[in-house]
Amino acid sequence: MKNTKRNDIILVLILLVSALLVWLCFSLFSPAGDYVVVNVDGKETARYPISEDKEVRLESENGYNILIIKDGKADVTDASCPDGLCVDFHPISKDGETIVCLPNKTVVSVEAGE
Amino acid sequence: MKSRTKTVALLGVCAAAAMMLSYIESFIPSVVYGVKIGLPNIVIVYLLYKVGSAKAAGVSIVRVLLTALLFGSVMSLWYSLAGAVFSLLIMTLLKKIKAFSIVGVSVMGGVAHNMAQVAVAVLITGVGAIAYYLPALIVGGITAGVFIGIAGATVVKRVDI
Repeated sequence: MKNTKRNDIILVLILLVSALLVWLCFSLFSPAGDYVVVNVDGKETARYPISEDKEVRLESENGYNILIIKDGKADVTDASCPDGLCVDFHPISKDGETIVCLPNKTVVSVEAGE
Repeated sequence: MKSRTKTVALLGVCAAAAMMLSYIESFIPSVVYGVKIGLPNIVIVYLLYKVGSAKAAGVSIVRVLLTALLFGSVMSLWYSLAGAVFSLLIMTLLKKIKAFSIVGVSVMGGVAHNMAQVAVAVLITGVGAIAYYLPALIVGGITAGVFIGIAGATVVKRVDI
């Protein structure tokens, strides 16, 4: 029994380290994005350069999300949805990172230039 | 576990219990985006240790199908099915090598479940960037697995078939 308990702890540690490694790989090797792309209900509705500071209100059928672009980072700071999960997301700046608001069917993502 | 009738009745009760746990869990808000504890897996871990992986797999698949039918959608069915099948596969293997306790086995099951779901999400949406959630989901899987493992071990110890 003692042995299996030790193995359990080793397993958890290995998993934690691999999670950390995957996270490091993603954050070190993914290039910074150039554009903030807004998709509502599967369609691209807007595209802003990430280098320009901007504050926009994204309207959708079910409500709104406030998108703020500042210092090369995009963040959703306020929204009409009840759960507010999109507000909890950290600011995004790297190619492929996304902020999702399911109730409003709104997806904000960062893309590298073409 | 003597007669066939008793086995069928028992597995039916377990499937019902697992579904009830799915229903109860739908009232628990997700702490991290989309990450859940997976309460029904207590039943699956219990069955894995008490009656073996084949019967646990049967109950797990029945549970997933019925839950999707009642509360979910075709889309959620694929996610749940991939997670359930892959995690049970990994847990069966890990239990066989006998190196880990129920908690360790369940932790790996939780992580396998989340990895399978990420894979399905990438396949369905074609958005590779979903893999960004992998580290968070691994940590979520570990947390859920520890909880399910401890709960499962308690049930295995106290509830006899």
